[in-house]
Amino acid sequence: MTPALNPKAQSRGAITLSSFVDRHLRWLMPAPAIIVLALLTLAPLLFNLFLSTQDRSVSSALPIRDVGLGNYVEILRDERFWNAMWQMLKFTLIAVPVQLGLGLGIALLLNRQLGVMQGVIRALVLLPMIATPVAVALIWSLMFNPQLGVLNYFLETLGLGRSLWTADAALVIPALALVDIWQWTPLVTIILLAGLQSMPEEPFEAARIDGASPWQLFTQITLPLLQPALFAALTLRLIDALKTYDIIEVITQGGPGIASETLNVLAFRTGFEFLRIGYASSLLTVLLIVVTAVALGVNLLRRRV
Amino acid sequence: MTVAKLQSRTRRSELFWVNGLIALTLIVMLFPFAWMILTAFRTQTQNTSSVPVWFFVPTLENFVTVIVGQNFFRYTLNSLIVAAAATGLGLLLGLPAAYAIARYKLRGLAVWVLVSRIIPYVTFLLPWFLIFTQLKLTGTYWALILTHLIITLPMIVWVMIAFFEDIPVELEEAGLIDGLTRFAAFYRIAVPLVAPGVATATILSFIYSWNQFLFSLILAGPDTKTVPVAVFNFISYGSVDFGGIAAAAVLITLPVVILSLFVQRHILRGLTGGGVKG
Repeated sequence: MTPALNPKAQSRGAITLSSFVDRHLRWLMPAPAIIVLALLTLAPLLFNLFLSTQDRSVSSALPIRDVGLGNYVEILRDERFWNAMWQMLKFTLIAVPVQLGLGLGIALLLNRQLGVMQGVIRALVLLPMIATPVAVALIWSLMFNPQLGVLNYFLETLGLGRSLWTADAALVIPALALVDIWQWTPLVTIILLAGLQSMPEEPFEAARIDGASPWQLFTQITLPLLQPALFAALTLRLIDALKTYDIIEVITQGGPGIASETLNVLAFRTGFEFLRIGYASSLLTVLLIVVTAVALGVNLLRRRV
Repeated sequence: MTVAKLQSRTRRSELFWVNGLIALTLIVMLFPFAWMILTAFRTQTQNTSSVPVWFFVPTLENFVTVIVGQNFFRYTLNSLIVAAAATGLGLLLGLPAAYAIARYKLRGLAVWVLVSRIIPYVTFLLPWFLIFTQLKLTGTYWALILTHLIITLPMIVWVMIAFFEDIPVELEEAGLIDGLTRFAAFYRIAVPLVAPGVATATILSFIYSWNQFLFSLILAGPDTKTVPVAVFNFISYGSVDFGGIAAAAVLITLPVVILSLFVQRHILRGLTGGGVKG
């Protein structure tokens, strides 16, 4: 269709507003959304970079000093930063591999069970990831409670000793990772299940006729075909695990001490509790670089494999 | 034939294990929810007993504490206002954008919309806080509505691209021949056809705005606090009111769970930024 075939627009003359709109619809329609998104994301991002070169407090009473890359030099020497990096990595390296492993296992199980129950199960599986994160964190903090929490009751019933869970500096990151695993394994499961269900039957039948064992079918056909779905799940989970904020803030606020203070939590506290805006901005720039690098790295790996 | 027979025999013998493992998974997955509900309906004495009380007469005491004592309705109203406005604005901006991306194949733009998925939200929060403070917007609904747009707008665009791609272009072309402008063809023909998609996008956008915690934590004032922040404040004063905390968790989660039932198939798309089709 061309505007020339539009009788109404033609009768009004070529340069009416509506014909102008119609000819440039391709850009006019997405423009408002793009401008708003740019103002909400790109502008703050650039402003954040600028802030990271300043020594600046939230209070306007204190002077603003330009420090160039001073904040970044300070970061490299800041033990608390390195602790935050380490806690963030530990959290991610515990949570994501377990999610992928468990998610794959559950997806394979659900793929076997093609009964009527599948619809119900799929609806139930969504609950952990759709529930309000603050509510999820609250429930787990009740269950983790060292004196009265139900998890310790289970441990004792099983004849194991009580645990301090998130109150123990050595256990707090694995405990928080457990919450993340509970919350997000379902997402991995559904992504992989979608991948499994869209697989062609032919390669499997051909391999079965050739006498392949179930294990061979799995490693030689299922896994390679599932690779795009696996990488999609891996990318999403890595990005989000590195950025995890809500459940850590609600359950431990970075504690005990700074044992669960990840980079995101440290940056938040530096900005809004210690009121060092410039330093917080530089911490956030580092976090953004790490997340972007990981996302790009996984993408590169996907192309290699 | 033999393959099929062999398969069915294998299936029967393994079905027991498959179903058993699925049941176990579901129990582990659903337990925290069950525990939340049980805790919410128990008295404080029952909740602090050293052995869990499984059977009891349910009490509404905790809900009364939260709803009356914590002014829950006020915060619910705040959450509703913010979510409704952020969703409405998101639709207003997102529908034309999604339509243009679908019809004119603007794939590059579609990817750009995803950028917000990678950037940690705290990165936006510091500059916003400074800007909103300058504009004297901190603590207002507007600060929350604008920031929540960063969640709702990309989600609406992503969900709607797929719906617009699914309607045949011929219907709009017929409208153009009948003398509609292209823009009129968009809102008089295309938008009504994707009404189910609009409903889905609205619900998803609403859920994620409702769940948002971080932006409101910093940008909301005492009068504009949303539910997750209000509940977080309620526990951070060292409260050990197990029942109250659980009741609050039930009250925040309930609307989300009910809404999610309507959009099940599309939740995956919303969560993955369209990266994966469910």
